[in-house]
Amino acid sequence: MTDRTITRAQLSEAVYQEVGLSRNESADLLEAVLGEISNALARGEAVKISSFGSFAVRSKGQRVGRNPKTGEEVPILPRRVLVFRPSQLLKKRINDGDTVKSGTE
Amino acid sequence: MTKSELIARLAESNPHLYQRDVERIVTTIFDEIAAALARGDRVELRGFGAFSVKRRDARQGRNPRTGEAVAVEGKAIPFFKTGKQLRERLNTEGQ
Repeated sequence: MTDRTITRAQLSEAVYQEVGLSRNESADLLEAVLGEISNALARGEAVKISSFGSFAVRSKGQRVGRNPKTGEEVPILPRRVLVFRPSQLLKKRINDGDTVKSGTE
Repeated sequence: MTKSELIARLAESNPHLYQRDVERIVTTIFDEIAAALARGDRVELRGFGAFSVKRRDARQGRNPRTGEAVAVEGKAIPFFKTGKQLRERLNTEGQ
């Protein structure tokens, strides 16, 4: 386990290496991919990426919450949240690539 | 929207690219994210969200049909936390 954080920089570098585009254009395309997905979700549409997983928008009703510091009750307004469901393939890949640490517990 | 619809949309707004290249771009991005998670890395995409791996300990489960106790192995679960900007968009745009 390497415990690093991957950001846009590494992803667009991978696109640059894989496809014959300039670094700038690779970064733009990564942004376009994230943008299209975000737009669809903002429209309330689910996004399904085969062999990776799906993103869905779920509506939540109003409920009573509590300020954990003051104990004060505050209403939590109805809102929309995003849920990600990983595909079986992604789950399998993560567990198979991860034998080193999980074996020690 | 499916992956192929995503590719079609991107191809439409990038007419200078072959559809085949757009397909490779999209595949590469998700493959890189999956590879990072398989290594145990986190993937943070500001404004969009962050992917990480959460660990579930081994536990004693039960077959709900027979009531029989079964050992469930510890496993890793991919997890996505929505970014602030996207979360805000979900609640301000066309409900």
